[in-house]
Amino acid sequence: MVETTIDGTLAVGEAEGLAVRRRRRRLGLGFWLPVTWIVLLMFGALTADFWPMPAPETIDFLNRAAAPGTVGEIELAGESELSEFRYLLGTDNIGRDILSRLIHGARVSLLIGLLSPLIGLLVGGALGVLAGYYRGRIEGVVVAVMDIILAFPALALLLAITFYLGPSLLNLILALGFLSIPASARVARANTLSLARREFVLAAKAMGASDLYILVREIVPNVLMPLLVFSMLLVAVLIVAEGTLSFLGLSVPPPTPSWGTMIEEGRELLDEAPHITMIPAAAMCLTVLSFNLIGDRLRGLIDPRESRL
Amino acid sequence: MNAPLLRVQELSVEFAVPDGRTVHAVSGISFEIRQGETLGLVGESGCGKSSAARALMQLPPPTAGEVWFQGVDLAAQSGPALRRMRPHLQMIFQDPIASLNPRRKVADIVAAPLRVNRRLPEAEIAPRVAAMLEAVGLDPRLALDRRPHEFSGGQCQRISIARAVILEPALLICDEPVSSLDVSVQAQILNLLREMKARMGLTMLFISHDLAVVKNVSDRVAVMYLGRICELAPSETLYRAPAHPYTAALLSAIPLPDPTQPLKPVQLTASDLPSPMDPPSGCRFRTRCPRAEPRCAAEVPQPRDIAPGHQVACHFPLTA
Repeated sequence: MVETTIDGTLAVGEAEGLAVRRRRRRLGLGFWLPVTWIVLLMFGALTADFWPMPAPETIDFLNRAAAPGTVGEIELAGESELSEFRYLLGTDNIGRDILSRLIHGARVSLLIGLLSPLIGLLVGGALGVLAGYYRGRIEGVVVAVMDIILAFPALALLLAITFYLGPSLLNLILALGFLSIPASARVARANTLSLARREFVLAAKAMGASDLYILVREIVPNVLMPLLVFSMLLVAVLIVAEGTLSFLGLSVPPPTPSWGTMIEEGRELLDEAPHITMIPAAAMCLTVLSFNLIGDRLRGLIDPRESRL
Repeated sequence: MNAPLLRVQELSVEFAVPDGRTVHAVSGISFEIRQGETLGLVGESGCGKSSAARALMQLPPPTAGEVWFQGVDLAAQSGPALRRMRPHLQMIFQDPIASLNPRRKVADIVAAPLRVNRRLPEAEIAPRVAAMLEAVGLDPRLALDRRPHEFSGGQCQRISIARAVILEPALLICDEPVSSLDVSVQAQILNLLREMKARMGLTMLFISHDLAVVKNVSDRVAVMYLGRICELAPSETLYRAPAHPYTAALLSAIPLPDPTQPLKPVQLTASDLPSPMDPPSGCRFRTRCPRAEPRCAAEVPQPRDIAPGHQVACHFPLTA
């Protein structure tokens, strides 16, 4: 029934080829498990204030560094009276509920992990596309500025921002976003360079299309996918970066919980109460792994088609 | 004889390469394309055929020379004036898959020229696109909502043709339109081009390195070598009685469909094309020409008529 056909109509064989391609696009457990974890995490971060658990700053002096499952008496969030509460994941070295801090801390990690790459994607992507399309002086300036940002010691910049503008989540997001601009710009520029030479861009010019039309309709849709996949990997990098920065006191200021700060604070009790460090570390590990897996799978999705171009 | 639709004078294209030298891709070529004819342009890879074609389209504009089209020198235009002229010249490219944006649907790709030039009210675009797809041999119901990667090379070339002729251009430039297709598909695309030409009264510039294909479609043929036109003649004359030694060498290399006839290619004195960064003095073919004499190195042969409509740029043409 698969029959070669005259060129011009879709043959049965081609239709089957499409079905095969669609099957290959099926995503599988390696994609949906990470997505589930990220969705749960986002749900937790958004609804953290409404859960029946202590606020992340509330201290139970009687149960410091308590093991998971310990029962203590503590005020729940929004209440003024003590009530009995089981610390499912234990308490940290000064007696705060680790589960509560973990869920509230997810906010910091997700905000940094998602907003900073978004800044890089928007600003760097736009600069990279313009540089790759117009070449010439614009490209020279963009590449030079990106090289300077890359060469500038990131830690010195973060220290300066913390010192002069004060430590805050917003400053941290902006600073990390700024630092992720050059990488995104490079990805966007490299892709634009090869796209701008493709015949479909020439064809668009030949039909009289404006530069704006070509950029918006022909170039950007093709640059967006590789850029998104790259940003997915940046998400993981920046979540880890937040953890590293908290060791230098450059993360969000206490008492706001963040996974990095939690790991750092648990360090002193690593031999007596390893769960204080290990639980946030495991959460971070799972999250980073999830973003990486999602990014890999998305890249796998666009690659087979890219190779056909 | 029809009036010329396009007149090219002393067209030159040069590129600067990073080490400071210059590539002389096209060096002062002149020719005309008459209303309604197909002019074939043949030559080896790297002889400047595509550079010349793109210079006609002003993509990018030529380094020097004039391109007269409908009373306007395109090379002297820029910005909005040039963009207004563009729909009258359209182009089909060698790589049919790279010619189409992979992220757009066929309906959108074929409608783009109409939308960009605001040719038709939005309501009339869809039926026009469907009719155009039908005209190039694609079933609109199957094709409209698909993306280019779901089509074969031949089908993609049909979509490219639909996009190029939907604006009803005066001149269609075909840059090796069948070179990357299977032989059986080549014939179909050539037939389609011929049909489109007849239906829409197109004038065509047909570029190829395949002499047989060019002979098949062209009224007149220009032979290019290393950035210059060495011979230009009506197709039949050129293939029957080539006057330039290079044309003769090219034609002698075509295999005959007869196993008893031995292939006797003209022996060239050197087999490699000289570098377009440092072209030979005088006649550019002299380094490989079996008839070269000292005069060929000293003096650039100017194109001259050896018969009505038969131009050759050679000091010692074969038929003289």
